[in-house]
Amino acid sequence: MDKIARIDMGAAGGPKVTVSGLGDYAGLGGRAMTSLIVAAEVPPLAHALGAENKLVISPGMLSGTVGSMTGRLSVGCKSPLTGTIKESNAGGQAAQVLARLGYAAVILEGKPAGDDLYKIVINKDGINVIVDNSLKLLDNYPLVAKLRTEYGDKVAYMTIGTAGERKMLSASIACTDPELRPTRHCGRGGVGAVMGAKRVKAIIIDDAGVTMRPAKNIEGYRDANRKFVEGLRKHPVTGEGLPAYGTNVLTNVLNEAGGYPTNNFKTGQFAGSSKISGEAQAELEVKRGGSATHGCHRGCVIQCSGIYNDKDGNYVTKQPEYETVWSHGGHCGIDDLDTIARLDYMDDNIGVDTIEMGVTIGVAMDAGIIEFGDRAGAIRLLEEVGKGTPLGCILGAGAAVTGKVFGVERVPVVKDQALPAYDPRAIQGIGVTYATSTQGADHTMGYAIATNILKVGGDVDPLKTEGQIELSRNLQIATAAIDSTGMCLFIAFAILDQPETFQALLDMLGSFHGITMTGDDVVALGKRVLSAERDFNKRAGFTKYHDRLPRFFYDEPVAPHNLTFMMKDEELDDLFNW
Amino acid sequence: MIITVKLFASFRAGRFDIETRDYPEGSTVADVADSLSLPQSELGIMMINNRHVKLDRLLVEGDTLALFPLLGGG
Repeated sequence: MDKIARIDMGAAGGPKVTVSGLGDYAGLGGRAMTSLIVAAEVPPLAHALGAENKLVISPGMLSGTVGSMTGRLSVGCKSPLTGTIKESNAGGQAAQVLARLGYAAVILEGKPAGDDLYKIVINKDGINVIVDNSLKLLDNYPLVAKLRTEYGDKVAYMTIGTAGERKMLSASIACTDPELRPTRHCGRGGVGAVMGAKRVKAIIIDDAGVTMRPAKNIEGYRDANRKFVEGLRKHPVTGEGLPAYGTNVLTNVLNEAGGYPTNNFKTGQFAGSSKISGEAQAELEVKRGGSATHGCHRGCVIQCSGIYNDKDGNYVTKQPEYETVWSHGGHCGIDDLDTIARLDYMDDNIGVDTIEMGVTIGVAMDAGIIEFGDRAGAIRLLEEVGKGTPLGCILGAGAAVTGKVFGVERVPVVKDQALPAYDPRAIQGIGVTYATSTQGADHTMGYAIATNILKVGGDVDPLKTEGQIELSRNLQIATAAIDSTGMCLFIAFAILDQPETFQALLDMLGSFHGITMTGDDVVALGKRVLSAERDFNKRAGFTKYHDRLPRFFYDEPVAPHNLTFMMKDEELDDLFNW
Repeated sequence: MIITVKLFASFRAGRFDIETRDYPEGSTVADVADSLSLPQSELGIMMINNRHVKLDRLLVEGDTLALFPLLGGG
């Protein structure tokens, strides 16, 4: 990864590719790369869909190596949904392939004037930007099927569906998995709309003729990787729970803890939760000839995903994640896995964030557009999004816009991004992350659930305010660093609990670059990333008054604990204290 | 005393999902785990009536005890 490609989509005479060395961005990857480039190069007051915005695509620091779990890709830009800086990431094959081709970043800049739609082919010979209007208005599954007839099965595809083409604020960028299903999405913040604004429909990444990225210290890297994998295999979360049940194992946990937002955050427990739990889902997947265990990229040893088939044994979608099962399930009062799986497929196909879309449908239910629990109605609303009807475009713009259009007061967003599947009144720590994250509401930015609810990496009482600021701060710093390595975020469960596994990660980073890495180096990297993101947001007009939850969390107690969000404003303002 | 016990994930294998069970007064979470042959080292999340508890917590009549192995996701 010794080069950066810049593709000026608006260049006179057609898109122009420039490849350069790393310069100021040497040594960076993943979120560190995308956020530092966006912070330095995108005017904070730019319109997110305008020519001034940039879409930065970056594999992690260890992507493309023999290291396990290194397949995470970061995409960064100014978000059209939140107006903040945005880093949205996904698994799939793209990061590994792009890294092996030597690109630490591929940056889409500018904006073409006409209506032409482009595809970008990246291989060992360079980068070609090609007009292909035959791809117009194809959704992700038929789009990838069409591209496969031309580019085959030994490549990775990054694509946008019709939502991205229509520049919907919930639009995602899909990355294909090892079987070339467009199921791993950079979902959050409308990054697909930015790709659509640049008129790029697909990126085809072909690593034929290139090799794995070699470590500086090959023996040391292999040894550290072996210890790292051992640590993941022996930890109950990464070695047993996630492979057997997937992320949806959390449904029963959060419901039992009274932190499972139900019917648009009206109560903290869902009567139908056991029917859509990870336990029920895994059993159904196996019974129908699918699988409860599947990896999103080669080199994954956790295998948290799965394959969801219909009752006749036909593929419907990849195993819906916990967040998706919640957003389309309990949040909407829907207790049917087949409906949720259908909606998950539609989200992936149209190319929208499953959290944003599910939350939006729940807000539409609160507005009375359809009733809570209306399975067919939820599918019908998502069909409107896929067709791009006026109602579909409103819903596709996300929960904040939908709430405003239909006059809903209870709209669960921070900085206009939908809250994920944990009620901040029953889990105060995650509320701190939602409020203060540089990205809008996003559980992955500082997963306080681990410590508040799962009792991994420590024990902080979810129903109290004590210790939550420090917890969220430390998690946000550590996460910003892990997001830069290319490592799947789920490694955090093992490295939080097992010092030797954290050391193995440090040794992987160190031996790869032929240096010594310490915990302090990781903290410094995390702080550097967060500081740059926070500074961008400040220059974009965000103040401490934006680091708050929606008002109803402060004045509507939620059952069963009957608590409100109790963190004081001054405490939230103290989070970024370095 | 009557206690409702809920088990989740791998703890269900060879046991049950939910059962109403009778325990002597003064029983703790650890006693229930022992009665179900659940090794204490495998207990991850323990909740009584939706609140996290520790192994030494005394149970009272009518409690609902939920036991999970260490789990993660998100």
